[in-house]
Amino acid sequence: MIAAHLPALAVVVPLAAAPLIVLVRHAGAAWALAVAAAWFSFGASLALAAQVADAGVVSYAMGNWPPPWGIEYRVDALSAFVVVLVSAIGAAVAPYALKSVAAEVPGELRYLYYAMHCLCLAGLLGMAMTGDAFNLFVFMEVASLAMYVLIALGRDRRALLASYQYLLLGTIGATFYVIGVGVLYLQTGTLNIADMAARLPAVAGGRPAPAALAFITAGMSLKLALFPLHLWLPNAYAYAPSAATAFLAATATKVSVYVLLRFHFSVFGESAVTALLPMPEILIALSIAAIVTASLVAVWQADFKRLLAYSSVAQIGYITLGIGLATRDGLTAAVVHLFNHGITKGALFLLAGGIVLRAGGARFENLRGLGRSMPLTALGITLAGLSLIGVPGTAGFISKWYLVLGAIEAGMWWLAALVVLTSLIAVVYVWRFVEAAYLSEPGEAAPRPGEAPMPMLVVSWLMVAACLWFGFDTSFTVGGASRAAQLLLGGAP
Amino acid sequence: MKREPVLRVVGKMLIPYMLVFALYVQFHGDFGPGGGFQAGVISAAAVIFYAIIFGLPAARRVMPEALVEAMVAAGALLYIAVGFAGLLLGGNYLDYFVLDTDPVAGQHRGIFWVEVGVLVTVSGVMLKIFYMFAGRQRED
Repeated sequence: MIAAHLPALAVVVPLAAAPLIVLVRHAGAAWALAVAAAWFSFGASLALAAQVADAGVVSYAMGNWPPPWGIEYRVDALSAFVVVLVSAIGAAVAPYALKSVAAEVPGELRYLYYAMHCLCLAGLLGMAMTGDAFNLFVFMEVASLAMYVLIALGRDRRALLASYQYLLLGTIGATFYVIGVGVLYLQTGTLNIADMAARLPAVAGGRPAPAALAFITAGMSLKLALFPLHLWLPNAYAYAPSAATAFLAATATKVSVYVLLRFHFSVFGESAVTALLPMPEILIALSIAAIVTASLVAVWQADFKRLLAYSSVAQIGYITLGIGLATRDGLTAAVVHLFNHGITKGALFLLAGGIVLRAGGARFENLRGLGRSMPLTALGITLAGLSLIGVPGTAGFISKWYLVLGAIEAGMWWLAALVVLTSLIAVVYVWRFVEAAYLSEPGEAAPRPGEAPMPMLVVSWLMVAACLWFGFDTSFTVGGASRAAQLLLGGAP
Repeated sequence: MKREPVLRVVGKMLIPYMLVFALYVQFHGDFGPGGGFQAGVISAAAVIFYAIIFGLPAARRVMPEALVEAMVAAGALLYIAVGFAGLLLGGNYLDYFVLDTDPVAGQHRGIFWVEVGVLVTVSGVMLKIFYMFAGRQRED
């Protein structure tokens, strides 16, 4: 009986955990509830992905109102892939959070941290699973509001400002999205995404449909931090509590990319609207700008978490580059990089959280001599850094490989060369870490010898191991991504 | 404003009616304009009115912070529980059709409890916001 209700349960269980946590108010019990909910969602997502692999599409009618009238949860190859990523990161970060949050969040607010973690997880999973454009907006707000609170809980006072910046820009992004959806609703008379896609070609002639595409693209670009709309991201990632940074960096922007993919290909793909706007050219140009500028800015950062944040902006550029190419390999690269960058950046931010805990910060003077004082953490960051660069044998290589293939497939050799060349900038900023950790004498700000607490280290290393594992065994990542790409390009799933 | 007899008397007379009106808006929401959100705001307004006249400490004695925060969570939980009730009775999540032998009565019953949940949460959130803003000045 439970198998038929997995789409609802995966979202509702963390959603119910949040008010329960507020009722119990005890930090330890709150943590246990958050872990239980996150692991339940992860199990449900895996089972759901297996169902999707068998059946193609899993549709669930909320409240037993049949689609397209009622709200439909619709899980296909692409959403199942995103759902597994989000719930896996949620399940990994929740056990990690205990020690990290205890060190960084004041005691009376800790239970609220876990409530927000659950709400954010429920919102992101709901965004990925719902088949209703307006329900997607509601879940986007659930997730975003939880994120603003998570960021504001950072111990630095600047966290409040970062959260406020994100609140302003995130609200503009969500508003643009909902304006776009409103225009589409007026045009097609439906909010169900699949129904919308079927009705759109008939009404695509006028001005409103391209306007809707432009609004949704601009809004989601804000949410996914596409250059030059990324201004909220570096501060938000740098000043949020470490566990929150790892969770958000690995999931939040990725789900926004999913929404962009959903609208660009599933909704507008079949219609003539895309021919009216030079979307691919815009995306490719902005992506290149993101990759080059953000990578260069990352090189000059004094704080390791900020460095990683700017690197995220650059890596999102690789994802949107794949979307801009809009070829089969390009889309495969985009979707597979969602996952690979999610686990790589997740691992890096989790390990950075260990440094913050031991050294009180992650500025480069804190990192000096880290190879001796925290050898496992330093090694983990180096390995995950290799995945960030895209060295063969790591997950990052797989994404870059498909991106290069996609560029060649589209006949853009210069782009393929650019992808390889810009990876060299990543070498520079990863090398800065290696230099500080292994080739410098420990300074006064460096931590005393001793690793991060065991649960944090184990979770971080599981993620590092995943970065290496998915560099060799690509049946899940590339298999899932190519099925998703086929689905987006309108082929048989 | 505790020493103003007119305000005190009028306040004491009005507050019960405000609460009754909130209940009317709540339960008449099925047939006319109204529902849990509006009723929650009205019932919270009654408490806020009380706090303005008799002072924040008096209001905090009537509606303690802990109760208000529990209301915020309890209403949402009640809503979610209605969804699970549909699930346990063999329907989909938030399926009201199965809540009664007659599907229309089931819809009625489902929306009734959902609206109660909305009332509790909205009322709690309104009071929480009021307490946070009203409490700020005193602490600084």
